[in-house]
This record gives sequence, structure tokens and C-alpha cells, in this order.
Amino acid sequence: MVLGISVGSTGSNFKETLFSLLGIEKADAMLETIIWRIRLPRVFLAALVGAALSLGGLVFQALLRNPLAEPYILGISSGSGIGAIIGILTGLSPFPGVSLAAFAGSMATLLLLLFMTSGKTMLKKNTLLLSGVMVNAFCGAFIMFLISITQDDRLHNILFWLMGDLSMADLPQVWLLAAVVVPCTALIFCLSNTMNLFLMGKELAQTMGVNIKVITAILLVATSIMVSATVAACGPIGFVGLVIPHLLRLVVGPDHRVLVPACLLGGGAYVVLCDILARTLPEQGEMPAGVVTAMIGAPLFIVLLKKSGS
Amino acid sequence: MKPSIQATSLHATYVSLSVLQDVSFSVPKGEFFIIIGPNGSGKTTLLKILSAIMPFQRGNLEISGIPMAKYSRRSLARIMALVPQTVPEDLPFTVRELILMARTPRMGLLGLEGDQDIRMAEEAMAFTGVGPLAERKMDQLSGGERQRVFIARAICQEPQIILLDEPTAALDLAHQVRIMDLMEKLRTEKGLTIVMVSHDINLAAMYGNRLMLLKKGRIVKMGLPGDVLTFETLEETYECPLLVDESPLGNFRRVTLVPRKFISEDLQTMAARNKR
Repeated sequence: MVLGISVGSTGSNFKETLFSLLGIEKADAMLETIIWRIRLPRVFLAALVGAALSLGGLVFQALLRNPLAEPYILGISSGSGIGAIIGILTGLSPFPGVSLAAFAGSMATLLLLLFMTSGKTMLKKNTLLLSGVMVNAFCGAFIMFLISITQDDRLHNILFWLMGDLSMADLPQVWLLAAVVVPCTALIFCLSNTMNLFLMGKELAQTMGVNIKVITAILLVATSIMVSATVAACGPIGFVGLVIPHLLRLVVGPDHRVLVPACLLGGGAYVVLCDILARTLPEQGEMPAGVVTAMIGAPLFIVLLKKSGS
Repeated sequence: MKPSIQATSLHATYVSLSVLQDVSFSVPKGEFFIIIGPNGSGKTTLLKILSAIMPFQRGNLEISGIPMAKYSRRSLARIMALVPQTVPEDLPFTVRELILMARTPRMGLLGLEGDQDIRMAEEAMAFTGVGPLAERKMDQLSGGERQRVFIARAICQEPQIILLDEPTAALDLAHQVRIMDLMEKLRTEKGLTIVMVSHDINLAAMYGNRLMLLKKGRIVKMGLPGDVLTFETLEETYECPLLVDESPLGNFRRVTLVPRKFISEDLQTMAARNKR
């Protein structure tokens, strides 16, 4: 994280930054400002986003017993995409206007999904997954429609948002996101042993004292709120929820009591790292972080698949 | 003493189809109770109702003298454990991890196991003889080993009642006997109540203290193996030619399937004699 704070387009020195952060020695005023106002919130945001997304992926994979599951596959990100685009098109301010619109969009998608799969079928994982894929496809089409009717410079804003963008971070926004993510994370951590039991099949889990319906609902809602808040803050950042849990499962094993904290740290570190690359690789300006997470994530995932298969 | 299970006039429907009708029975503590019957007779449904996986529509069910509705899943899990018929094939856990999970109903909020939990897991592994497999992954086990691990898991839950759904179905002869002997040992040494659903009438005859014969959701007959396993009852229930005689091993019934090509006049007269 300190590395993330010290690296930036103005160029600076690692040692100076560290000292400044620890309050040992004052760096020059300009660097101080950059560190505290721009880079620090951004790195915090990246860490929070990464932690929330990878934990979200882990929970959905356990809940649906499907290695492909991640929050995005259920359409939560596309839903918030619609919300955000409508927000941009109606000229809302980037924060909190567009963020709130995005959050509303993803929550609406979640409610629609829960409504569609409510009752008895909710426990059947395939129903949930299939409904999610359909919702996702529909939202994707709707996003394309919105883009196609947009002509002016708002188009650039939309595209940049859709690619996942960490550059708009400021401290109040980070605190707000943390206020959502931290309680959800704590709740999920308390249920981590229960997620182990989910892997044994729902019937056996029930005879071991797990109220499947209630726990499924709690996990689904907590994760969705957390992920929605993340997407609202910085747009959809792909592959974190898929790659990090799979990678960590190979490293630390299948026990969710270990996996949950590991995903928080690993996911956070991954997105901070990707964001550093996104800021430093291009000669001018910077790339959206979502591009980097997917560009590294997708090949990495294929390598993992090959390894675990052999 | 209160019976482990007391069911009065249970009725259950599944997707508007009646699967259990007016089923009443009582299992005293420490009994080996085996439920037999043809496919679709409601055996597995009954077991799912007993383990609170499925609801029942009418009737009354008490576990250790307390009505089912009064139990939370957690409190029920502390007195009853299930050995299911099918479990996911791709469990990523080791044998030890899987068995330790049985302690969940007794663990705190974070689900961290203590010394007592680890001791119980060791004891359950020793009891079932899966100790040497402790560090193996679940997907590296044979069918018989898997079944013993799941029984160890149930024991580790420290229940008073163990429910088993066809635990010997996919096992070879040696493993069938081994599993049944294990259940017998659990009953005699730990005083557990054992309720098992089985397709194997001969194993039921040899091990069961009492049997329940189900057909189309109704109890055909219930009682001592010798009273339930009669030629008339079995032929009527299973609707196929059977031979029922005394086992040369001792005082219990032996049921033999009779393929069509063996149905000669000899056997038909024997059947007639049996009927008398």
C-alpha cells in the first residue's frame, strides 16, 4: 500500500513518502498534498474494492457451489451500470449523484432477482444462477441501447465508468464505502464456518444446525450490498471476484475460516497492484484499473485452471 | 424413560402428492430400528421428516419427548445426526477437516474448534477405524472408506440418535458387514438409538431389533424381524416371487429372490407350503 501511495505520475521517492506517512519527517508541501489528498484515498479505495469483490466472489462460489459464480454473473454490476448511465445521462454530479443511481440500480436488480427466485425455488442453485445470467444479459443489452443513443461527450464518461475507474476517489467517499463494506465483511466472517458446511450439500448442512434459507438470504444480501456499494464507487472491476478466491484456494486450502481473511487481504493487494500498473504503464495519463485487473486476471485464471486440472 | 422418537399419525405430501399416510411408531432409546420397503414407499421421506429436512403436514412428532417444532436446527443437531445417502463427490476437505465440522452445532460464533472438539474427532476416527486416513482428501477415498468417514462424522456430532439412509447400498459384502457391525457396536457401547433405511432385507433381518415395512406411504407391518419378514407379507408388499426360510446361521429369517427361470412346480409347492 505504501508502494501504491509513493508511485504516481509526478514521480516521487519511496523513502520520503514512508516518512511522511509515519509523520517522521515532513516532505515538501506539494508532495504532502498529493499523498494525503489524492493517492492515499485512491489506494484505500483500491484496497476496499479488491477486498469486497474477492470476498463477494468467494461467498457466491460457496453459496451456489459453482466455481464460475461471482457477483457480476448475477447481474448486480450490470444493474448498477444501468443506474450509473441513467445518472450520467440525466446530468447528475459524479458523486454522490451517479454513485447513488448506480447503487439503486444494483439493489433493484437484486430485488428483482430475489423476487424471481423467491419461494421454494430459491434453494435451487441453478435457478438463481440462470436467473442471474438472464438478468445480466438483459441489463447488458439495455446498457448497449443506452450507449447507442448517446452521442455527445457524455459517451466518454459512460465508457470510462464501465471500464472500472478508481481515479475519482476522495476521502469522504472512501469512508462511506468502508462504512458499508466493513460491517458486511464482519458478518460474512462470522458465517465462514457455515459456508464450509454449505459445501457438504444443503440437506446435510441442515442436519448440522444450519438454517439454510436464512443463512442464504443473509449472505446474499450482505454480499450484494457490499458489491453494489463497490460498483457504485468505481464502476465494475472484473475478474477480481473470480481469480482471487480460486488462487487462494490453491494456496491456503478450502477452509472458509482462513479463506475469508485471505480473500480480504489478497483481493485488496491485487487491486492496489493493478491500480499501480494502471497509473504507471501508460506514457501519458492512465488506464482504467478494470482493464488491468481483467488483462492480468483472465490469463492467470486460465493458467490456474490448467494447473488444478493436471 | 421417554422414547427417542415418538410419531403419531404422520401425514406428508410432496408437490400435492401424498407420500406418507397415517404413520405412527415409537423407537425406544438404544434400539436398532430399520425401515424397509419397495422403491417409492416413503422410506427416505420418513427419514427426511425425522431429520427436519422436510416438513410434515399433519400428525405429531416428538424427539426425546420434545415436539419437533420446539427444536431449533442447532439444538436438534446436538441430539441427532444424519448419514446421508449421497454427498457431493468433489468435497475439497481432508477426512479430519470433514469430521471436525460435525462439531459446528457446539461451537461458538466464529466456529473455531477447541481441545474437546479435536478429542471427539480423534475418538470418532478411532471408533470407525478411519484414523490412518485422517490427512487424505475426501475425493481420494473408496466407497467403503467414504461411508465410514461419514459415520465418524455423525459420531463426532455426539448425538443420541443416528439416522442412516441406505448406508450399505453401494458397498461390497465385506464393507456391508463392517458398517452394520459398527452400528451394532455404537448401539451396545454408546447406547445410541439407530434408525436406518435399507433395501437389504437380509441385513435388516440379522441386525434390526425391530423393523418397519412401508408400502405406498403406509405401514404394512411393524415389529420383530421374525414377525415382519413372513412370506405372505413380503410377497404381497414387493409383488415378486420370493423364498423365505430360516437362516442356517441361527434364529432369523432369510429372504431369497427367485428369478423367473427357477419358478418350477417344486418351488410353487414350497410356496404353497410356506403359505400354510
